[in-house]
Amino acid sequence: MSQEITDAFDDIDFPTLERSLRHPRTLFSSTLSILTGLVTVVACIPLFSVLFMLIWRGGKRLSLSLFTETPPSAFESGGGFGNAIVGTLLMVSISVVISVPFGVLAALFLAEFGKDSKTASAVRFCAKLLTGFPSILAGVFAYAAVVLVTGTYSAPAGGIALSILMLPIVMLTAEEAIKMVPHRMKEAAIGMGATQTQVVWKVVLPTALPGLLTGVMLAVARAAGETAPLLFTALNSNYWIVQDGKLALMDPTASLAVLIFNFSGVPFENQIELAWAAALVLVMIVLVINIGGQILSRNKVTS
Amino acid sequence: MATSIEPNTSIQSVASPPTKWDISWDRAFRGMTHMFSWLTILLVVFILYEIGGKAFPAIQEYGFSFITGTTWDANRGEFGVLPEIWGTLYSSLLALMIAGFFGVSIAIFLTQDFLPTYLEVVFKNIVELLAAIPSVVYGLWGIYVVIPAIRPAANWIHEHFEWIPFFKTSLSGPGMLPASLVLAIMILPTVSAISRDAISSVPRKLKEAAFGLGATRWEAIFGVIIPASATGIFGSLVLGFGRALGETMALAMLVGNSNQLTVSLFSPANTLAALLANNFPEAGKQEEQVLMYAALLLMAITLAVNIFGAAIMRRASAHMKGATK
Repeated sequence: MSQEITDAFDDIDFPTLERSLRHPRTLFSSTLSILTGLVTVVACIPLFSVLFMLIWRGGKRLSLSLFTETPPSAFESGGGFGNAIVGTLLMVSISVVISVPFGVLAALFLAEFGKDSKTASAVRFCAKLLTGFPSILAGVFAYAAVVLVTGTYSAPAGGIALSILMLPIVMLTAEEAIKMVPHRMKEAAIGMGATQTQVVWKVVLPTALPGLLTGVMLAVARAAGETAPLLFTALNSNYWIVQDGKLALMDPTASLAVLIFNFSGVPFENQIELAWAAALVLVMIVLVINIGGQILSRNKVTS
Repeated sequence: MATSIEPNTSIQSVASPPTKWDISWDRAFRGMTHMFSWLTILLVVFILYEIGGKAFPAIQEYGFSFITGTTWDANRGEFGVLPEIWGTLYSSLLALMIAGFFGVSIAIFLTQDFLPTYLEVVFKNIVELLAAIPSVVYGLWGIYVVIPAIRPAANWIHEHFEWIPFFKTSLSGPGMLPASLVLAIMILPTVSAISRDAISSVPRKLKEAAFGLGATRWEAIFGVIIPASATGIFGSLVLGFGRALGETMALAMLVGNSNQLTVSLFSPANTLAALLANNFPEAGKQEEQVLMYAALLLMAITLAVNIFGAAIMRRASAHMKGATK
């Protein structure tokens, strides 16, 4: 018996089981581990490079006048992009007003009232289609549906284009957040004789609120940085949206993103510097909203 | 201490049956959510209808020759988008090759216990922050950082390997390669996040079994983990490809906006989305209709790729459910 076991051991080539770098197998494994590590580190370089360039080239122009002045013309020095910040905020607000109620109500249907209905799966499919929708096509659509109808490039046209991009993000994250609400909480409310709508308003929405806000913030961060949909819906403008005490809502409207695009390809040093400064401001806005959203969603998970 | 428990009137009132107003508000509200879901479907239909309808005159006039034509001359009324279609597919494929290699490597590196968990989270967040930078900022960065950085190397390659069609022209400024590089950075988070999900949903037991048979870490990854998550990884690549096709600003700023059919990595080219971004604001009535036609083509291509990708992802998750049972 013991003889058989030792015979069996003799057949095993013990040295091949050793983890030594001289063996091709282990060598291959370790090399690949190092390579993928390097690849991962290399992939982080663009982010740091972008942030470094923004701070280096945009940071030196950072001053209060950037926020209070309008863009300079070609040979002017100084100037700022205050009107573009106002324009971006205005258009993002318009798209929030459109997409948040729309998205949350549709999400309530998807997650609560019509959970397994055919309508719900069709709506989910459409929302996913919209997620993969190229942003420039939202601009083309808003141009056809709003600009051609009203006859003018305007802030609402830009806001509508952005809301098409925000809608699927708000809707799908809201659906997930609403689904996370524990069944027992809803059952308790139903046991008290509440109608489904009362359950939604008093239990589901307050509980899902952090998740809803996360979705909204991610959508806002995306919309604030979008350029393509604004190119031919809001166009651009060198003036404040409020002129001589009148709100020029139906006029072309400036935005940070379009300003960066327009100033990026010009041969004028002052405008290029402004483009970098505007990029710095835009990235700061987007990152702050984004990180805020992620912190909110992290709290939601731990609670 | 004998305080008797009085029935609390306010609690009783909560438990009262819904009033008529409650019931009708319930109906109205549910109807409202139903209506907004239908509006989502209608919105998609309306988008298709608007773009298709505005493109209709151009489709009638140019028909199929629009897709095979290679000239773009608004003054003579000659329009063809073959170079743009080629440029869209070519730049996206290049970007996908780069982002696919990096994305899948990162996904493996961050799921297979190479790093302590907190470092995994740090790297994951860094890669995902790449997605938060607006594409117009990447365009700006591409013009002033990427192009100057790769120009010497590109021109050295061009001088020494001119006989290879990919390096036929020199890189003077904007071109296919810088555009694809930036595009790759932009789709990297999509590819790495989705393939991470696919890889981390492979049951641990499969890998442990491979280790038990004496496999090295990478033998387990190539022999077990990747085959088991192949469908999901492929889905991530298709969805990344779909994103690359529709990406506009970085390309409009970096690809050179030149209407030519080329395989050279260093020559300027154009894509459908960049064509729209650069020509739409100044287009006349006729060119506008033609651009709507181009938009329709772009929409058809991206929709097809995205639906294909979503179908693969559905299959991948169904496959994984089978594996965990």
